[in-house]
Amino acid sequence: MSDLLYSEEEEALRRAVRDLLADRCDAATVLARAEAPAAEGPHDRELWKALTEGMGLAGLLVPEELGGQGATHREAAVVLEELGRAVAPVPYLTSAVVATEALLACGGSEAAELLSALAAGRTVGALAVGLATAPGAPFQDVRHDAGALHGELTGIADAAGADILLVPADDGALYAVHTAQDGVTVTPRTSLDLTRPLAAVTFEAAAARELTRGADAAVRRGLRAGAALLASEQLGIAEWCLTETVRYTKERHQFNRPVGSFQALKHRLAELWLEVVNTRAAARNAADALAADSTDADVAAALAQAYAAPVAVHAAEEALQLHGGIGMTWEHPVHLYLKRAKADSIAYGTAGRHREALAELVDLQAP
Amino acid sequence: MIDAGELRTRTRALLEAHPPATTDRADFLKARFDAGLAWVHYPEGLGGLGAPRSLQAVVDAELEAAGAPDNDPRRIGIGLGMAAPTVLGFGTEEQKQRFLRPLWTGEEVWCQLFSEPGAGSDLAALGTRAVRDAESGDWVVNGQKVWTSSAHTARWAILIARTDPDLPKHRGITYFVCDMTDPGVEVRPLRQITGEAEFNEVFLTDVRVPDAHRLGEVGEGWKVAQTTLMNERVSIGGMRIPREGGMIGPVAKAWRDRPELRTHDLHQRLLKLWVDAEVARLTGERLRQQLVAGQPGPEGSGMKLGFARLNQEISGLEVELLGEEGLLYDDWTMRRPELVDFVGREAGYRYLRSKGNSIEGGTSEVLLNIVAERVLGLPAEPRTDKDVAWKDLAR
Ligand SMILES: Cc1cc2nc3c(=O)[nH]c(=O)nc-3n(C[C@H](O)[C@H](O)[C@H](O)COP(=O)(O)OP(=O)(O)OC[C@H]3O[C@@H](n4cnc5c(N)ncnc54)[C@H](O)[C@@H]3O)c2cc1C
Repeated sequence: MSDLLYSEEEEALRRAVRDLLADRCDAATVLARAEAPAAEGPHDRELWKALTEGMGLAGLLVPEELGGQGATHREAAVVLEELGRAVAPVPYLTSAVVATEALLACGGSEAAELLSALAAGRTVGALAVGLATAPGAPFQDVRHDAGALHGELTGIADAAGADILLVPADDGALYAVHTAQDGVTVTPRTSLDLTRPLAAVTFEAAAARELTRGADAAVRRGLRAGAALLASEQLGIAEWCLTETVRYTKERHQFNRPVGSFQALKHRLAELWLEVVNTRAAARNAADALAADSTDADVAAALAQAYAAPVAVHAAEEALQLHGGIGMTWEHPVHLYLKRAKADSIAYGTAGRHREALAELVDLQAP
Repeated sequence: MIDAGELRTRTRALLEAHPPATTDRADFLKARFDAGLAWVHYPEGLGGLGAPRSLQAVVDAELEAAGAPDNDPRRIGIGLGMAAPTVLGFGTEEQKQRFLRPLWTGEEVWCQLFSEPGAGSDLAALGTRAVRDAESGDWVVNGQKVWTSSAHTARWAILIARTDPDLPKHRGITYFVCDMTDPGVEVRPLRQITGEAEFNEVFLTDVRVPDAHRLGEVGEGWKVAQTTLMNERVSIGGMRIPREGGMIGPVAKAWRDRPELRTHDLHQRLLKLWVDAEVARLTGERLRQQLVAGQPGPEGSGMKLGFARLNQEISGLEVELLGEEGLLYDDWTMRRPELVDFVGREAGYRYLRSKGNSIEGGTSEVLLNIVAERVLGLPAEPRTDKDVAWKDLAR
């Protein structure tokens, strides 16, 4: 049975990340960042630097001999809980988890070098597969011809801030492409989620280095880790929404009572609390299954997404409603959480897709 | 402090002295109690060794491997989960010596005389009276209790009764152990929605309870009852079950075995409930791990809420999945079961019986209030009855 608790080290890690985010990533900062000119890129570079160069967090999943921390998905999940709680505009999930996992599946010196670069945090990577893609689902690729790539990919999260893209091609291989080079155009799209925006990428004879012949396995591994650990981000989002809403409804008075004393609201918040409690168990289980490389990891990842995604959305929607008019404003941060939660519910496969995956995995076949 | 190794040694010694294969079940259970291996966290001489609660698993695993008989915890659930911790917490030495051993071995079944026709969720409003007889010092109890599970098999009852109607409702209550063989105790079956009668009405007419059977101080009954109710809720979550170990098991099996029953709509609902059931199982497991690690979280408060809903949704789906078969029911005969046997019966029974899961042991509405107030710290409901003498409350 998996270990569903947090170790003391994990709690210490959480405190450190939370303290940093409290200082550097309050809601006003996140909002200002989201409205910054596109030229500045989608990410908070200073915050990213503090998390990666300062705390070494980008290398948690990278073995020590490649310059990483040699930690596990359990620690990365704790980091994601805190990043979710702050809707932090940093490419942690996309670079330090998904791209890193895809590279870990590649082997070879090219991938090793890139892993060290990503672990150091100075290089940001992104897997060039649409964010909505579920692990195991078909994905778009581009044409490989005479050592160069041609074609267009859409829906690539955090591509606008990435230095390196990991690109699947029609020959079945996965390639590394520098975004700063000739023949690569990254076009940022206006996205529902301001803190993890999408971009389209076009390749016109873009030079590329082969990472592995087996793009499929690498993409699958990256997406599975993304789906599994996204549940921890969703847990962080849901927890923030619940905590803030409880705080607000205790303070806000109407009818000469705190609105949080009305039973209709109390019951809704208690229901949400139960969903959050369940989400924590599902998210811990998924992180632990990946860390232990368990045979149950596919089930654990699908289960976590099937459960956590709707909870995060529900939490954000309840938070907005129970804040009343103020929840509808741009100044109040709840919209950042709703946008992230809703985008997350599509990222790495919807809950419905993960349920379908489970139908296969646990043998509950469709009619 | 006793460690796992020593417990293992003691368990093996017990097994050697009383080989399960040749020892009478009751004798084995008594010997186990006397060896302090019944509930290892209880004090020595009372079935335990004062060991950490988490080490019980060591003993249980050894005994299970050896095929030792168990004390049928489901049949004696109220005694085990609620009466025992209350007796331990508030009983006199004599009471502990008298009650705990036969309770644990299952020789004596317990029931809970708490709810009354006029006092369910608002338990502290209860009206059953206990009046002290000046001559004998006994308490004379009159009143009516209701929904009393297992009253028909019980030897003893935990009973709360009003001893001072002039005080506000929470303050005039006293806690007793009631002898169910007293001639003043009349148990009448209440037939349930399932056809059987698992619970009862209990009429108490001049029942004499010796003062030696009082648990805790006079007027402190509400405080004592809190211990009982807290343990009731804790004992519900935190059990280790395998994947598909709950009600989802039979539905998943039917789905696999009988492809002709499948529809797309049912498939969607089944998958969602499978996910919910598996996640609830993990939450229970997490609660268990927290208890073992000595860091109990508030998760327990939500467990029963979650299970009640799941049981109801899953069993509802199961009846539908079975189609024509779901239109049938296994047996409406009026029976007096000793325990609730969800898996031993069919889908229709599960559907009907699980309706009680959101009522018994505190309704889901009341549990939501508890989570909102005690876990989330939201303001309590306005209370108009707190400082009013019980006798002056509207009824
Ligand atoms: C199968 C079964 C076995 C039982 N076994 C026992 C037993 O062995 N011993 C024993 O003492 N009791 C037993 N009970 C009784 C059980 O504890 C009570 O039924 C329960 O506490 C509810 O009380 P009530 O039935 O009087 O409902 P009421 O309290 O009258 O409730 C009626 C409705 O009002 C709602 N409600 C009440 N107060 C509030 C509030 N403050 N806020 C919102 N909603 C509220 C309730 O949730 C419910 O929906 C058993 C019940 C069942 C169903």
